[in-house]
Amino acid sequence: MAKKIPLKRKYEMMTRGLAWDTTYQDMDDVYPYDKFEGIKIHDWDAWEDPFRLTQDAYWKYQAEKERKLYAVIDSFAQNNGQLGLSDARYLGALKLFLTGVSPLEYQAHRHFAHLARNIRGTGAQVAAQMQSIDELRHAQTQIHAISHYNKYFDGLHDFTHMHDRVWYLSVPKSFFDDAVSAGPFEFFTAISFSFEYVLTNLLFVPFMSGAAYNGDLATVTFGFSAQSDESRHMTLGLEVIKFLLEQDEANVPIIQHWIDKWFWRGHRLLSLVGMMMDYMLPKKIMSWKDAWEMYFEEQGGALFEDLARYGIRPPMHAEQANNEKHRISHEVWAIFYQYTHAAGFHTWDIDDEHKAWLSAEYPDTFDKYYRPRLDLWKQMAADGNRYYNMALPQLCQVCQIPMGFTEPDDPTTICFRSREYQGDRYHFCSDGCQYIFDHEPEKYIQAWLPVHQIFQGNCGGAEIPDVLNWYHLNLGVDNMAYEGSAEEKIWNDWMATRRVGAART
Amino acid sequence: MSTNNVSITLQNTEDARPIVEAITADNPDATVHHYPAMVKIDCPGHLTISAESVGERLGRDWDPQELHLSVISLSGNIDEDDDHFDLSWN
Repeated sequence: MAKKIPLKRKYEMMTRGLAWDTTYQDMDDVYPYDKFEGIKIHDWDAWEDPFRLTQDAYWKYQAEKERKLYAVIDSFAQNNGQLGLSDARYLGALKLFLTGVSPLEYQAHRHFAHLARNIRGTGAQVAAQMQSIDELRHAQTQIHAISHYNKYFDGLHDFTHMHDRVWYLSVPKSFFDDAVSAGPFEFFTAISFSFEYVLTNLLFVPFMSGAAYNGDLATVTFGFSAQSDESRHMTLGLEVIKFLLEQDEANVPIIQHWIDKWFWRGHRLLSLVGMMMDYMLPKKIMSWKDAWEMYFEEQGGALFEDLARYGIRPPMHAEQANNEKHRISHEVWAIFYQYTHAAGFHTWDIDDEHKAWLSAEYPDTFDKYYRPRLDLWKQMAADGNRYYNMALPQLCQVCQIPMGFTEPDDPTTICFRSREYQGDRYHFCSDGCQYIFDHEPEKYIQAWLPVHQIFQGNCGGAEIPDVLNWYHLNLGVDNMAYEGSAEEKIWNDWMATRRVGAART
Repeated sequence: MSTNNVSITLQNTEDARPIVEAITADNPDATVHHYPAMVKIDCPGHLTISAESVGERLGRDWDPQELHLSVISLSGNIDEDDDHFDLSWN
């Protein structure tokens, strides 16, 4: 039997051992993108993948993951797994996740393929190749989930079209557009480090555990299958940062600025996940606040202590983000509740049991600031006057979320920031977003802001039905209050049938 | 060396169970948290997974790269070789 090659030696042979420097063409011409950002690299061979994953092992383990995943997805589809959900309200969270995130997986697939070609370090090329294939796999598995749920529920019928047009989907879309239009090292810092390493746990881990708790076998299975790849991506993220910081002291301030920027970009994006966890999972697993404490304050805190030896400090607006953990899920739910007639999913009035949970999880803020608003809205709905906000909101120029966040020291006052640039005024939801604009105004003045575009007449017409038509959303079917919706009716019919069936046996 | 927690989260599956058992046996300071579908293990400063220890529980050789099939998330600097998978903060 052939002797097994030790892992470290195998990794050497299958990365460095397969690479060469070009001689007919100058290396700078072959790799034109990895110098313009000012990052200095002296020794690409110092790049290490701590997993030491080589292509042969990669395909072996990925094939095993795919076999397991598709067995579950197939079984879920065959056995009407959607009937095992805790409640049809759960689908709101799932629809937002699938329409918001799945196209980003595809974008990530494309951009890591670009990096694999355009970064000159072999270790980095191999890691980026694997991540590119991983991201394509994630997009595919999520599209299988979309395909299944689309057979039974509303709002998932045209997700790629919607991603390019719908107002709140511009939040994840513009986040990723910002990253892919940056240079290669900013992209690594943005996606591999700030997003994957520091924040992605908050997207995939408690939310997927929540999916399991709510009977969504398909989502928890693709979610955790994807997350097993994320563990490798996170490791790449930490490794790329340490590598860049060790290569040259001049890299430190550049990286620090990117960390400051992308931490805040990610924090704003994840406020949507906060709403999903606190308001949209019928059976709760943990509050957004607890998840933030566990994954950012504790794990992120340990990470930034570890990076202090390189001269890196925690992200600039981390304190504000910690402060907002008591608020953002409530603030974002309020936005979607009042604009649900323009969304691709339903919202609903919060029942007493759910309010009691929110009150226990958010003892400092819920009863004082948010319960009265929910009570009022519930009363209005009971009076036949369910609240829909018919005025279009001001969007933040950077994160593109409607300006519903509050002042750092006052949760009762909406936070407005603005800047004049070349004769026009631009608006921001927070100091963090304004800081980002101030460093690259020429980039963010080009933002495609859905509300501005509606007013400029670029979105199918001036009335909400025209715009929804242009989004390919069906007014009153895909959206508006859950109470009285077609989705509620079909769900209750199914459950009634199940009870009748159970009573017969 | 830092005493901040390193952390690993594994799926709550048959494949992961011997790994969780080996971790708790070999890292006396580890704390195990159970959630729906997953297990999160925290340990101050350092955590080790021994291939031998997992192999004993499985009744066959275990390659640390098999961890890829079960891991959901981790926190800490990684050191992996044929016989171990370690997490630590400096």
